[in-house]
Amino acid sequence: MLAVGKREGGNVPALALGDRPSRMTLSTYLYRRPRLVLVLLLLPPALWLGVIYLGSLGALLVQSLFHIDDFSGQLVTRPGIETLARLFSPTAREVISRTALAATIVTVLCALLGFPLAYYMARYAGHRMKAVCYIAVMLPLWSNYLVRVTAWRLILAKEGVASWFAAKTGLSGMLEFFLGLPGIGGPSLSSSALGTVITFVYIWLPYMILPIQAALERVPRSLVDASSDLGARPTATFWRVILPLAIPGIAAGSIFTFSLTLGDYIIPNLIGTSRPFIGQIVYQAQGTAGDIPFAAAFALVPIAIMAIYLMLVKRLGAFDAL
Amino acid sequence: MRSETAPWGLRIATVGAIAFLNLPILFIILYGFTTDEQSYAFPPPGLTTRWFAVTYARADFWAALSLSVQVAALAMVMALVMGSLAAAALYRFRFFGREALSLLILLPIALPGIVTGISLRSAFALGDIPFSFFTIVAGHATFCIVVVYNNVIARLRRSSPALIEASMDLGADIFQTLRHVVLPNIATALLAGGMLAFALSFDEIIVTTFTAGQQQTLPIWMLAELARPHQRPVTNIAAITVMAVTIVPILLAYYLTRDTQDAAGSGK
Amino acid sequence: MSQMDQAVGFHDVSRHYGQVKAVDRVSFTIAQGEFFAMLGPSGSGKTTCLRLIAGFEQPSAGDVFIQGKSVRGVPPYDRDVNTVFQDYALFPHMTVLQNVSYGLMIRKVPAAERKKQAEAMLEMVALPGYGERKPSQLSGGQRQRVALARALVNHPTVLLLDEPLGALDLKLREQMQVELKAIQRRVGVTFVYVTHDQGEALSMSDRVAVFNNGRIEQIASPKQLYEEPATPFVAGFVGISNLIDAQTAARITGQPGPCAIRPEKVHLGPQGAGVAPERICADGAVETVLYLGAATRYDIALHQGGRISALMQNRERHFDPQPGMTVTVSWDRQHVLRFG
Repeated sequence: MLAVGKREGGNVPALALGDRPSRMTLSTYLYRRPRLVLVLLLLPPALWLGVIYLGSLGALLVQSLFHIDDFSGQLVTRPGIETLARLFSPTAREVISRTALAATIVTVLCALLGFPLAYYMARYAGHRMKAVCYIAVMLPLWSNYLVRVTAWRLILAKEGVASWFAAKTGLSGMLEFFLGLPGIGGPSLSSSALGTVITFVYIWLPYMILPIQAALERVPRSLVDASSDLGARPTATFWRVILPLAIPGIAAGSIFTFSLTLGDYIIPNLIGTSRPFIGQIVYQAQGTAGDIPFAAAFALVPIAIMAIYLMLVKRLGAFDAL
Repeated sequence: MRSETAPWGLRIATVGAIAFLNLPILFIILYGFTTDEQSYAFPPPGLTTRWFAVTYARADFWAALSLSVQVAALAMVMALVMGSLAAAALYRFRFFGREALSLLILLPIALPGIVTGISLRSAFALGDIPFSFFTIVAGHATFCIVVVYNNVIARLRRSSPALIEASMDLGADIFQTLRHVVLPNIATALLAGGMLAFALSFDEIIVTTFTAGQQQTLPIWMLAELARPHQRPVTNIAAITVMAVTIVPILLAYYLTRDTQDAAGSGK
Repeated sequence: MSQMDQAVGFHDVSRHYGQVKAVDRVSFTIAQGEFFAMLGPSGSGKTTCLRLIAGFEQPSAGDVFIQGKSVRGVPPYDRDVNTVFQDYALFPHMTVLQNVSYGLMIRKVPAAERKKQAEAMLEMVALPGYGERKPSQLSGGQRQRVALARALVNHPTVLLLDEPLGALDLKLREQMQVELKAIQRRVGVTFVYVTHDQGEALSMSDRVAVFNNGRIEQIASPKQLYEEPATPFVAGFVGISNLIDAQTAARITGQPGPCAIRPEKVHLGPQGAGVAPERICADGAVETVLYLGAATRYDIALHQGGRISALMQNRERHFDPQPGMTVTVSWDRQHVLRFG
């Protein structure tokens, strides 16, 4: 290796041994003060999130302690629990439980529908197939939210694609049966609870697929081989090795599907029954009713639900899979 | 590379999910060409391209589009700065409140958008701050930080931590290291994170409703259009236009962040 | 050693992380042009010492000297030392040539000149013509050479190597040991070489410092380290030793205090075979026989307590002990290793 080697060290006089002057530059000043560097790095994001964002959440809490005077219609800025107490009225409780139930159903459906695709992408798809699947998931995610919702309105409308398809395939009877079911049915799909759930699932599905796929990608191939080597059948390997390792991904995805359903007011406004969701109450309260304290109080509900939810899924490892 | 073939059930489920995700997009496009401007009858009675001309002739469409581009651009820049600073701090240092900060970065997307929206609205009301271009940007920047942060910290974690030390060892000071080693290594992550932040802001409606006042971003303009009984395909044309323009950066972001394991750090 | 002959000096240096003492009051000097190895198990403080020289860490107490000058507070980029990193830390976004000329570029050496020097350095590490490749296109051994060239092109006073051969396979590792030693002789730069592999340390170094729990157990030439280990830890870590505890030692040798004997110094004979009186002997039962090719290792349970291993060259085979057989082991008193 060292056959060619007449060159000796030291043919660069400029760099000759030793004594580089110890410069007292800005860089050296900072290098000796790592804490100062940390403070400089943290200052902008911590100020923004800590002051503007957390401050706003604080403002929300403050607003919820105000109330609108029943007689004068004026905002009363004396702190009290008048507004918060309205959250416990039977109507409010019904809205809250309906929204939470819808969020749960949407989350479960997203997981059931998204898992196979994520599993296929992570385990079976080759390079090209994976890119195709990835684009197929990303395309709807990044196309306009509002237009996707209206796409479902036109699909689910009385004279829309779904009923046309049902008529062509002789499934109209089945459609009628579903629409006749109490609680989920309605005059047409686009004005039924069923339609609301379908649209929610469609809109949030990519948020579930991507974290699951990422979690499954991280399962080493050797683990699957080890399981089958130890005598587990493919189904046993799936239930005992793959699925448990995918749980953090499912939990991470569920944060989005659950939270987004909990707070959305546009989808239930455009598709579904007249029974409102949490988001619609907040929107109407701050808009048409001009009752910001009540809007703020109602917005505390999803925060409380999400706080509990985040604590639950943190145990499942959701935060490591985000 | 993977010799196994997927079971039939899995393949059907996969194809089903992909169809479910993408068929509605075809309908969006189809209904941009319908001659029926009031109902949603299927199949459309006839096809026409006149809605492109109608949409593009409307000044309010272009105004909304331009506002959305400006909002998204500024929100993206703010998210880039704050997201990468936060990523650098959380990657390089252990400090008190580190966990809390990473949760705080995540919170604006973990909590429903309506919470961010009404919170900002409450704060603006308490502080007597009038709605403006900047109140919209403030809302968007808040939930865009996490996108940039996630991209940058993932890249930093994949790079060899010795790269920075190696650069300083070879005589480069902090700023030279930043310029010659750190920035080139996270450049594509910044680009990808920035584009996703832009797209996220561009499509946002829930937070914007609470922070916009009279201004109309593109999604708000579309929502207003939807409420009108006539010229319904106009919103579809707007959507098709936006999709055609945004698909390129989305694909680019994918290719930039894919398979970066090889490029970052030297493996064994 | 005069101050100017010292490449590196440690004066009572400690490095603490909270309660953990990674380096605990260490003092030593490294001479100009020396090939100095820091050997020890992981977590023994050797890598921290290397990082203290490079400037990535600052001592909690004590002082580090480079060329006789204290480097307290001097950042890595102002130190005239360069490092070959364990995972090489080649810049993935640069070509091999850009990597090698990085230090020159920072020092504003003209482009033509730095290209010339970088190419000459690539030639020296036997990678001529590899300049335009990316690090990801190189094998592990080639990356290692690029890392070496990138450090040496700056002509540092001290070159720090952090387990540079750890990621290579055995054959390549042996080849690189020879090459590294040759390069060191040729450029005359002081090498400080961190390793946990005692074979590497012994074969290349002028002197070896053996680290354990943040302290140095012994600094000596490879030969001295092997023949006269200062502590039981060194006897056990450098080469293989039969450590004999104080009680067993008293029973067999008649002398108090723990001692050790190298397996290759232990002779194995049939039970009752004549043993010269100046030799120490003991009876025991063969437990295991490990055939190693050039030699065979026998583990023997001594009747007087304790176990001992004997390594016999497979030259002549008059005597072929089998497991369960009772044998007599013996060794020369001179070969007994005793500790301070």
